[in-house]
Amino acid sequence: MKELRLMKGNEAIAEAAIRAGVDGYFGYPITPQSEVLEYLMLEKPEERTGMVVLQAESEVAAINMVYGGAGAGKMVMTSSSSPGISLKQEGITYLAGAELPCMILNVVRGGPGLGTIQPAQSDYFQAVKGGGHGDYRLIVLAPASVQEMYDFVELSFDLAFKYRNPALILSDGAIGQMMEKVEIGEQKARLTDAQVKERCPWATTGKDDNRERNIITSLDLDPNQQEIFNEKLQAKYKVIEENEVRFEEIQTEDAEYLFVAYGTSSRICQKSIQLAREKGIKVGLFRPITLFPFPVERLKELSKKVKGILSVEMSAGQMVEDVKLAVECKVPVEHYGRMGGIIPTPGEVVEALEQKFL
Amino acid sequence: MAKVKGAIVVDIEKCKGCEVCIPACPTDVILLAEDVNGKGYHYAYMANPDACTGCANCAIVCPDGVITVYRKKVNS
Amino acid sequence: MAENIVNNDIIKEENLVYKKTDLLTDKSLSYCPGCGHGTAHRLVMEVVEELNAQDQTVGIAPVGCSVLAYEFMDIDMQQAAHGRAPALATAIKRLYPEKYVFTYQGDGDLAAIGTAETIHACNRGENITIIFVNNGIYGMTGGQMAPTTLPGMRSSTSPYGREVESMGAPMKMTELVAQLPGTYFVTRQAVHTPSAVRKAKKAIKKAFENQKLKKGLSFVEIVSNCNSGWKMTPVKSNEWMVDNMFPFYPIGDIKVPEE
Repeated sequence: MKELRLMKGNEAIAEAAIRAGVDGYFGYPITPQSEVLEYLMLEKPEERTGMVVLQAESEVAAINMVYGGAGAGKMVMTSSSSPGISLKQEGITYLAGAELPCMILNVVRGGPGLGTIQPAQSDYFQAVKGGGHGDYRLIVLAPASVQEMYDFVELSFDLAFKYRNPALILSDGAIGQMMEKVEIGEQKARLTDAQVKERCPWATTGKDDNRERNIITSLDLDPNQQEIFNEKLQAKYKVIEENEVRFEEIQTEDAEYLFVAYGTSSRICQKSIQLAREKGIKVGLFRPITLFPFPVERLKELSKKVKGILSVEMSAGQMVEDVKLAVECKVPVEHYGRMGGIIPTPGEVVEALEQKFL
Repeated sequence: MAKVKGAIVVDIEKCKGCEVCIPACPTDVILLAEDVNGKGYHYAYMANPDACTGCANCAIVCPDGVITVYRKKVNS
Repeated sequence: MAENIVNNDIIKEENLVYKKTDLLTDKSLSYCPGCGHGTAHRLVMEVVEELNAQDQTVGIAPVGCSVLAYEFMDIDMQQAAHGRAPALATAIKRLYPEKYVFTYQGDGDLAAIGTAETIHACNRGENITIIFVNNGIYGMTGGQMAPTTLPGMRSSTSPYGREVESMGAPMKMTELVAQLPGTYFVTRQAVHTPSAVRKAKKAIKKAFENQKLKKGLSFVEIVSNCNSGWKMTPVKSNEWMVDNMFPFYPIGDIKVPEE
């Protein structure tokens, strides 16, 4: 029988991590995501599965613990919120540069700087364009429910290991804090050290006579080699773009206008669709689930059938740039958003649609 | 009477001529060659081989690990 | 070549008394002539060899002169972001408690940018070994002032000598971490003479063996030279180290577990 629980988004992440057989979590408290670490400490995962949970001295240390664990082939993760994710950027670019699989959760709050502890979506650029220095990408998943917070833990690890690339779950303070019904999965066993060696023959598991030593590094002083490596990374990102696009469509079949929104904004837009349709405006919702890879092709197709697209984000307008690139300016694309921790109301969104297009 | 005699072999191409081995040698065996290796370093060699006791002090302090040491009991 | 083959009777496998450990790769070390890093590398690898632990050891290279340590040590290694080696080591050791895990860090890496990671790994008593090579200067970047640069000592960023009033006094990280309850064995060694090398090796071996006891972190500082940065010949730099570094950074055990 299915096990259902009422959980906060942050708690769902933590429970999902234990159940997915994650080997290690390294974190540092910051609002609005501290429940991840709190839940894990309370649950004693070292007794449930042998999972290591450690409160680090800083976000910087935590992400570098993730680097160490990932470099040794283990399933490791960290979580934080916007200011903490900024601190982790150095570690994240090193992870990308050393091609290490891991999961990073960002429960976004308003910025810039210390900003606010209220929800926002203003870390989109940071998440999908790289974030740290150098040409790299993360696999970015955007959950819109507590259930997706739960489900995306395993999905993000699957993708991370498939491509040897860090995966980031871009959530926000609303989804992290709200409680919803969650269907809990089966407990998966953690991989044994032998299984880790098999899955990650590149990992630092100890050099034996059967192989050369394994080195985890992002350094190559030879520019020719470094360019070859960069080309390899770009080729990998292309494969990810071709194979891992995920999205959801709601009432797009007859839509004359389209909301494009992810995460919390996409939930608001679902109500806005209802309100707009009551007024006779045929609107649909296109919800990117993967922000990298961005669902370019499907959005381009849909754009041919609509008169206008409204990108709805809790930011000054970040994803709207990718929407415009996807539709190649063949249809008007506008942005509507609130900032600083404000969540727009469904009515405001409909008003914005009317103002910009009708 | 049995006497201990030693010898060293220097990996000439890897020697950087730092001279750290020279003061480490208790019997003043080692000097730098007048010749240079492929990298342009004057390399260590046994200038006074008869004095070598094979104590390995030179090899122990050699930062580049280029010295191999041998020792044998010989009858004088 | 001729001067190397002195006596074919002696140079025979059965007479071998010392050769470079096989756990060092055949690659030429990237260090300057006379640099203590090479000796420190060799001692660590000799210890791993003596413990028969090549397949059970994971090392962490820092940023600095020894950033390429993984090119020379024939074991699995990770290269950390600047200063973060103890964080990597913490995770690896916790995920593989039976493996030997060590960091190899310089003074800039460990005592400046990585101060927090160092102190907290020590304070948590991670069962790892930290090898800390202190030559009082940033060698890799060209001889800038380090947290361990002596008062009055010249560097490219203290060209008139380190002025304590404005630049701060050098940090004695080793004494500092010895104060923390999580450190089990803390010692300061050197590698400039045969006897110093032998003692340093003993200390490193103990620091590795301690990992099996699971009683906390073992910390081995190696006071070393930087002849390029100090602008001296290797032999002179070792003498200068004895005369100037050792009075401030005295060699010997600082925290020894009770037997």
